[in-house]
Amino acid sequence: MTEMTLIEGLRQAMDEELERDERVFIVGQDVGPRGGVFRATQGLYEKYGEDRVVDSPLAELSIIGIGIGTALYGMRPICEIQFADFIYPAFNQIVSEAARMCYRSGGEWIAPMVIRVPYGGGIGGGLYHSQSIEAFFAHVPGLKVVVPSTPYDAKGLLKSAVRDPNPVIFLEPKKGYRLIRGEVPEDEEVLVPIGPGRISREGTDLTLFAYGMMHHYAMEAAERVAQEGIDVEVVDLRTLKPVDRETVLASVAKTGKALIVHEDNLTGGYGAEIAAILAEEAFADLDAPVRRLAGPDVPAMPFSHPLQDWFMLDADKIADAIRELAAY
Amino acid sequence: MTTEVIMPQLGESVVEGTVTKWLRNQDDRIEEFEPLVEINTDKVDTEVPSPATGTVLKLFVAEGETVVAGTLLAVIGEPGEEVPEPPLAPSDGGVRDAPPAGRPDGELQSAPAPASFEAAAKVKVGDLGFISPVVARIAAEHNVDLTQVSGTGSGGRITKKDVLSYVEGGQAAPPWEEPGSGDLFRPTEEIFGAKEPARAAAGTLQPLDAVRTRIAEHMVRSKRTSAHVTTLMEADLGRVIAHRKTHKESFEREGAKLTLTAYFIAAAVEALKEVPLVNSSWSEEGIVLHKAANVGVAVSLGEAGLIVPVIKNAEQLSLLAIAKTVNDLGERARGHKLIPDEVQGGTFTITNHGISGSLLATPIINQPQCAILGVGLLQKRAVVIEGMSPSGEPQDSLAIRPMVYLTLTFDHRIIDGAIGDQFLGILVQRLQSWA
Repeated sequence: MTEMTLIEGLRQAMDEELERDERVFIVGQDVGPRGGVFRATQGLYEKYGEDRVVDSPLAELSIIGIGIGTALYGMRPICEIQFADFIYPAFNQIVSEAARMCYRSGGEWIAPMVIRVPYGGGIGGGLYHSQSIEAFFAHVPGLKVVVPSTPYDAKGLLKSAVRDPNPVIFLEPKKGYRLIRGEVPEDEEVLVPIGPGRISREGTDLTLFAYGMMHHYAMEAAERVAQEGIDVEVVDLRTLKPVDRETVLASVAKTGKALIVHEDNLTGGYGAEIAAILAEEAFADLDAPVRRLAGPDVPAMPFSHPLQDWFMLDADKIADAIRELAAY
Repeated sequence: MTTEVIMPQLGESVVEGTVTKWLRNQDDRIEEFEPLVEINTDKVDTEVPSPATGTVLKLFVAEGETVVAGTLLAVIGEPGEEVPEPPLAPSDGGVRDAPPAGRPDGELQSAPAPASFEAAAKVKVGDLGFISPVVARIAAEHNVDLTQVSGTGSGGRITKKDVLSYVEGGQAAPPWEEPGSGDLFRPTEEIFGAKEPARAAAGTLQPLDAVRTRIAEHMVRSKRTSAHVTTLMEADLGRVIAHRKTHKESFEREGAKLTLTAYFIAAAVEALKEVPLVNSSWSEEGIVLHKAANVGVAVSLGEAGLIVPVIKNAEQLSLLAIAKTVNDLGERARGHKLIPDEVQGGTFTITNHGISGSLLATPIINQPQCAILGVGLLQKRAVVIEGMSPSGEPQDSLAIRPMVYLTLTFDHRIIDGAIGDQFLGILVQRLQSWA
């Protein structure tokens, strides 16, 4: 086992997939000699050359367009969008072309591609470098949406995403790139299937659903309230689409209470989907109203540090919500 | 300024009621204290007065709908005033002023505001507090009487853990035990059976109102609970009738209409004093002897069912006081103006089925009492009077006497036939020797 950071897990995954399958290539802004703005692809240009680690123009529409075209041609592109905030110019390509390709061609054409997207705030990034975008894409049939929270899952899920025949939106909690460390085995291949969630902490009093960076705050909050006698079960959803309904329902059947946490703003957010699943399928298991704790419905992550703290969830805010729900 | 009309809690254990009739329509004017709506609970029918003078801006509950205490029924105000939204959850009963409209804009809150979350926790369903879906399910699956479970949740709410630890403690009620009354989540199969309701091929379905449902539930439960036995005697009411004739006017001057019912109550109370075992209730720990003789008198409301107001502490009342109380309760019963506490707490019941022509009947015991007295039709009948001639020879004669059949239906768990007969005999004796 080796301890590594989240971004090292991602880099290893890409390295191994480039090595394994010559159809795999990376395309994105500054992914080549520069190694990407976050250094996720550092060293890969030198190792695999300019044909397989391709610097793109400053045009997201074009990065995704290249991805779709080469995927149809039989390649396995990994497209990097520098910040989630910049993905909107490519929204049309992703939603109308990539997501619907298989369906509209009756299965004759598929667009197997990974769209790697660093997302989320708390890094002083302000309006243009902090957004959470999962709700937009989790809504679209034909896409898979994956959010790892640990180096192990980051590596294992990215490798699975590369091998998946569908377009996969691969969301990377960028605040955790170097903050989050974890064990990853060296001597075996790490593959984490897309779909299953993971119970990262077993408990009986309530279930806390989280993903990405929020999963770490959730774990921290759960440990904190454990000292007060509140036994929280934490579920790392890992895949938002298709979501692991079985794990979601089984956990709430056990605890009777659900708290869903995400950094993205509340209204129309991904938490609503989990809440709706519980309302529809777990009603007779509920011992309290399903609760969501999410970012505020304001247009952007503030640049001012105190206001950024106000916007971002943290272990304190999550612990408060846990206490309130546990006392219900 | 609008005023909300809230479904009141009409008695300690009365948690829901049916709106039977709106006495004002939307947009009608109404004065404060004027009757606004007729409410029917499982115990009584009553009128709810308007809490304010104004216009009925909106009625929130349709006639025939059953709602829990605390539900918003209507809003009174001035025409053009904004009608507040009905709250999702009923709060405490009673009338209250409309809350201030919305909270000021400004701060944008993440997640559900804590205020609304707390409000949800305070939802009351009767005395149990809010029952969550999972608690209701577990209680139904394990036949748990939730009134026996102590709640540790917010506001004393019964949590999933509470009901689970109750079930695991092996304290769940056996399946035949009476389900908690007033429990909204009680499975209806327990009351009505799980079978399809029997319906005649070409018949129409008459919906059940609260009174009918309550009576049905109570009667079946009583039959299932007590070992009913009926004993029959007859009484010559000649002396009672004579007494009534003599005292009718003086009673009237005192403001009381002297009815035969008052005599039956007075005689029953004396018999209860002499045979206290009849004034009792069965419990698994033992027979509970009641100190007070609280005598219920069944009052027919025609098609609307029947109601049994209770004369409390009848053993302390004179014939005059009994007569006055009977007049008052009877009148208010027929006017749907009884309060629920006036129909609770009875220890013995009298039903005067003779009013409708019945000679003799075997009524069902009013739980949890020991016995019920059935009074048949007062009828002049030919009776053999045993006598003696002046010379000492037996000389029987035939006489026309005002006779009545009296039945005592009693719970054989508590008393045996001899005690029942002793009680009824004393009662008959008291009536026949009235002076």
